[in-house]
Amino acid sequence: MKETKIYERPKSWVDGVHTHYCPGCGHGITHRLLCEVIDELGIQENTIGTAPVGCAALMYDYIDIDFCEAAHGRAPALATGIKRTRPDKIVFTYQGDGDLASIGTAEIIHVANRGEKLTTIFINNAIYGMTGGQMAPTTLIGQKSTTCPFGRDPELAGYPMRMCEMLATLETPGYIIRVSVAKPKYVIEAKKAIKKAFQNQIDRKGYSFVEVLSNCPTNWGMPPVEAFEWTESTMMPHYPLGVFKDFK
Amino acid sequence: MARVLMKGTEAIAEAAIQAGCKYFFGYPITPQNEIPEYMSAKLPKIGGAYVQAESEVAAINMVMGGGSTGTKIMTTSSSVGISLMSEGISYIAGCEIPAVIVNVMRGGPGLGGILPSQADYFQATKGGGNGDYRLLVLAPSTLQEAVEITQEAFDLAIKYRNPVMILADGFMGQMMEAVEITEHVSKDLPKRESWALGCMGERGGKRRILKSLYLNPENLEQHNIHLHKKYKEMEKEVRFESFLCDDAEIILSAFGTTARIARSAINNLRREGIKVGMLRPITLFPFPSDKLNDLATGAKHVLVVEMNMGQMVEDVRAAVCGKAPVSFFGHAGGIAPSVKEIEDQIRAIL
Repeated sequence: MKETKIYERPKSWVDGVHTHYCPGCGHGITHRLLCEVIDELGIQENTIGTAPVGCAALMYDYIDIDFCEAAHGRAPALATGIKRTRPDKIVFTYQGDGDLASIGTAEIIHVANRGEKLTTIFINNAIYGMTGGQMAPTTLIGQKSTTCPFGRDPELAGYPMRMCEMLATLETPGYIIRVSVAKPKYVIEAKKAIKKAFQNQIDRKGYSFVEVLSNCPTNWGMPPVEAFEWTESTMMPHYPLGVFKDFK
Repeated sequence: MARVLMKGTEAIAEAAIQAGCKYFFGYPITPQNEIPEYMSAKLPKIGGAYVQAESEVAAINMVMGGGSTGTKIMTTSSSVGISLMSEGISYIAGCEIPAVIVNVMRGGPGLGGILPSQADYFQATKGGGNGDYRLLVLAPSTLQEAVEITQEAFDLAIKYRNPVMILADGFMGQMMEAVEITEHVSKDLPKRESWALGCMGERGGKRRILKSLYLNPENLEQHNIHLHKKYKEMEKEVRFESFLCDDAEIILSAFGTTARIARSAINNLRREGIKVGMLRPITLFPFPSDKLNDLATGAKHVLVVEMNMGQMVEDVRAAVCGKAPVSFFGHAGGIAPSVKEIEDQIRAIL
């Protein structure tokens, strides 16, 4: 028997739309993984997303589920209000590094510490994308951006923040993992992590946090292939992939 | 429920519960701490939830999330905390999500003081957050009125899908009065399936997006025109009390606690034969401009008394529109205008 695999768009992808993301951007891959997971778990009509401020602000144009827009950094608080009033629903936040690790640090720490039964997808591309390539809390030492044009200097701006490691110091959060979408082998693992993070909610377990090492070819000033190489060669040594907590 | 002696903050909390509010998100700040304390003790027992947020910034976003599912939601704070909530209030208004927000006002600006004040009139009625939005703003002057306003606020919020603010000063929060609180059943409100999140299945797979982002300027303009029409529609909710105004030559205007003090002054002056009355706005937005304009026509003078340095007086001047002279008397937060001071102001006008 010959097996035929048909490449299709996920059912929960809005019919006929193309994203506004730059060529080679990791958001598109991560959105697709999210849709595949939603389809495989059969939760399309039961899921409520919160859309961030940043490049993914328009994610509701691509993923066909209920959405509420969040103010910059506030998605974890918004999602708390949604989940507490509708504990029967699957609720997630999808946030970039400026959103989650800078303006929303209080919200992300406390949503994790309360152990809200929801899921966070954290896109770390070490830069502010939508505003045009400014320094993020996750920008690497020596990495140039429009607001650290000579490279990030730890004397002036401190060291890049490792959010998984920070959150893993808390007792409450259940599942904390760092994955990447830089190469197919990482994408397969990223999907497994996202699926598990949503399954945890279905199982009414506690808070799940999936950090996705992504890229930003446009603001890094690199072609897509080189950008994916850079994620692997330069980001991963500072942000090691792996499970930091798993309900233990 | 019979009439019981209750503190203002606790009466507001119990009134909200009796109106069907089962979820409260808040952050401690004086002088309104009894509300989150009351809610934290009561809500878990009735199948609801109290969440102590990490800040007022987070609390208002939790309120936005809770409101987005079509659930009756409340938060309470005081002045400084409302400043922090203003970002969220603008988003809630822009996304058209119902919510009830109580401000038990204290003195400002900045940290100001913890004593009663009415200095957040501008913040409540003119914005606070960014953009062209309006809140329905209701200002009670007795605790029984605070109870009724609190219960109705949930219905108004859902009816207009708009945040409703109850503007109470510290006196309203901290004083005790006899109140009767009965169960309030909402009638004729739109079903949550018609607009809220979490009902995709009930809508036959049609999802819902609640947002305030319109990158296309034509779409943004349309959104603002839609909101503006709604705010015009809200004008029919205007409420006021006209007290001894029929033959009044001097019209006093005051809201909240200050109106209670003014009432005593008016009663004293009436005994002396001085024809003075009061227009007490109950809704600060919409403002009872038409009524005030009517009363000012033929009046000798309009005196505005506030517990701030003169904020509502600007709306009064706009309403009176030159038909009578308008003057202002007030004290900043912490010091309330006394009955004698108000009487002296009116005698000085005569």
